[in-house]
Amino acid sequence: MTTAEASSDFLELDRSQALELLRAMIRIRRFEEKCAELYGAGKIRGFLHLYVGEEAIAAGALPLLSTEDAIVSTYREHGHALLRGVPAGAIMAEMFGKANGCCGGRGGSMHLFDVSRRFYGGNAIVAGGLPLAVGMALADRMQGRKRVTACIFGDGAVAEGVFHESMNLAALWKLPVLFLCENNQYAMGTAIERYQSQQNLALKAQSYKMEVERVDGMDVLAVRAATRRAVEYVRDGGGPWFIEYLTYRFRAHSAYDPELYRSKEEVARWKKRDPIVLFEALATERGWLGTEDATALEHESDEEIAAAVAFAEAGELEPVADLTRHVYAPEAAS
Amino acid sequence: MTTYREAVRAALREALQKDERVFLMGEDVGRYGGSYACSLGLLQEFGPERVRDTPLSEAAFVGIGIGAAMAGMRPIVEIMTVNFSLLALDQILNNAATLRHMSGGQIGVPLVIRMATGAGRQVAAQHSHSLENYYAHIPGLKVLAPATLEDARGMLWTALLDPDPVILFEHATLYGTEGELAPNAGAVPIDRAAVRRAGKDVTVIAYGGTVGKALEAARVLAERGVDAEVIDLRTLRPLDDATIIESVSKTRRAVVVDEGWKTGSLAGEVCARIVEKAFYELDAPIARVCSEEVPIPYAKHMEEAALPQPAKIVDAAFATVRGHG
Repeated sequence: MTTAEASSDFLELDRSQALELLRAMIRIRRFEEKCAELYGAGKIRGFLHLYVGEEAIAAGALPLLSTEDAIVSTYREHGHALLRGVPAGAIMAEMFGKANGCCGGRGGSMHLFDVSRRFYGGNAIVAGGLPLAVGMALADRMQGRKRVTACIFGDGAVAEGVFHESMNLAALWKLPVLFLCENNQYAMGTAIERYQSQQNLALKAQSYKMEVERVDGMDVLAVRAATRRAVEYVRDGGGPWFIEYLTYRFRAHSAYDPELYRSKEEVARWKKRDPIVLFEALATERGWLGTEDATALEHESDEEIAAAVAFAEAGELEPVADLTRHVYAPEAAS
Repeated sequence: MTTYREAVRAALREALQKDERVFLMGEDVGRYGGSYACSLGLLQEFGPERVRDTPLSEAAFVGIGIGAAMAGMRPIVEIMTVNFSLLALDQILNNAATLRHMSGGQIGVPLVIRMATGAGRQVAAQHSHSLENYYAHIPGLKVLAPATLEDARGMLWTALLDPDPVILFEHATLYGTEGELAPNAGAVPIDRAAVRRAGKDVTVIAYGGTVGKALEAARVLAERGVDAEVIDLRTLRPLDDATIIESVSKTRRAVVVDEGWKTGSLAGEVCARIVEKAFYELDAPIARVCSEEVPIPYAKHMEEAALPQPAKIVDAAFATVRGHG
């Protein structure tokens, strides 16, 4: 497993880079905490899957992609969308079910899409996004475009048949797909040792003759270093690459989850490795950041999020008369 | 003379020639030439990038087709038979049919999926079913059933021009059927049912592999003094209600033929629409001739007994006329 100490990034960080990494993680954390609050207040309904604890992955990995690259994600994707540049207001409004949401309120928390930013969901069938990513990469190859398609999914996806079918085809056809597996140790409420015979998921990908790496997902610098190697390899036409990020979600699976399946001690143990706390401590110790930086970033995020909530509150509901829109293309309406 | 299979191949070749975004993908479509020989020779003509053999991974290669369609290609995905398509039903329903709506109209999936369907070749229960109505149930899809050489030749190109996913069902007993096809045969509309035989006494509604059986039944009925009108639905979603209702309003009797099982069948949907829209035009209860409620058996006599046959259609049509004539 790669750690920050082993990465070349460790020594190279300057203040602005450190600020960007911390800002990204804090933005997601504060956004997710606001979502939880708004869920409690009844503003957001349905399923709500929060990314709290896993922020180092999005923060370390996604800024390495270019605007031409694509992201296919899962239903725990608010943070991915935020860092991809989908406006916080459009995300929040989507969760409010408003017409000014990024999908007009048709998708909700689990289905955030923004094609203008090449952000393709928001897929809530576990592993269902993998073949889409492989197909998008195939289209890039056939049309001579040098783009990377990043596909994000959880450890639970590795148990699905279509995961293996997609791994095989991506490797067989040497397609430019970056498989990013966020292993948070649980498929909903089932611990990985209770559902996987082989818990080293990178080994499974490796069996398809694919480059793999297993990384500490609580260490944003390790995430960044590993992902950078992978992105360069995939972009240069080397074929797919699989990264397994070892992480943990601090909050319940969804808003409906009473968390009967894991102990408070286990959660507390992982929280000691909170990616934000770890990085902030390292950054101040190394002198990259000052002690007030985190607080300032929190304020900055809170302002952005307050504006996002106001945007969502002010949004209109789509008229019911439009219910059957977007089933077929308008020119082919039937 | 040409065959249905050759008509499909001509359509595939034309599509590959006319649009460089088109590629064909599926199990044994390349070197083998297609499990029904529809793509024989196309690998040699267009190369392995555009005539792409896949592993036995229906969910992945259908999903890859969806992803490629989202990213600017016009894939034609072949699934060997409708029974196997269930392995990809998740991708077809949860992605292909749903992405446009779920994304608020941002994503289109201009994908064409072709698959064989139906019984009649003694290949037993895992290669013989007619599950067209599974797909016709799903908003976001268009579902076609070419029953003639002209439609086998012409529906594919129209489907490829469609901005939404289209599923083409080719009945496996049709591939070898022969007929004349005009040298200039090309794209055909996919929005209307077709009256294949005009008549005044009873409307027989069929699609795909049962259209020929319905026409055969109509010939027998004519000998017995009953003039049947035969409608080929052609498009199973969206259904062309107007053609059906117009015909039934004229004949006042209807028999719906469907190789799917009767319970929950497409025939049931057609009946419901007739009752909703033309109840007072009817002079007799609508009859349905569907497959018996049994997995399709291997033994020839049992398979034949399980399926709609011309004699059953004749009996049903005759009963609607005689019973209230």
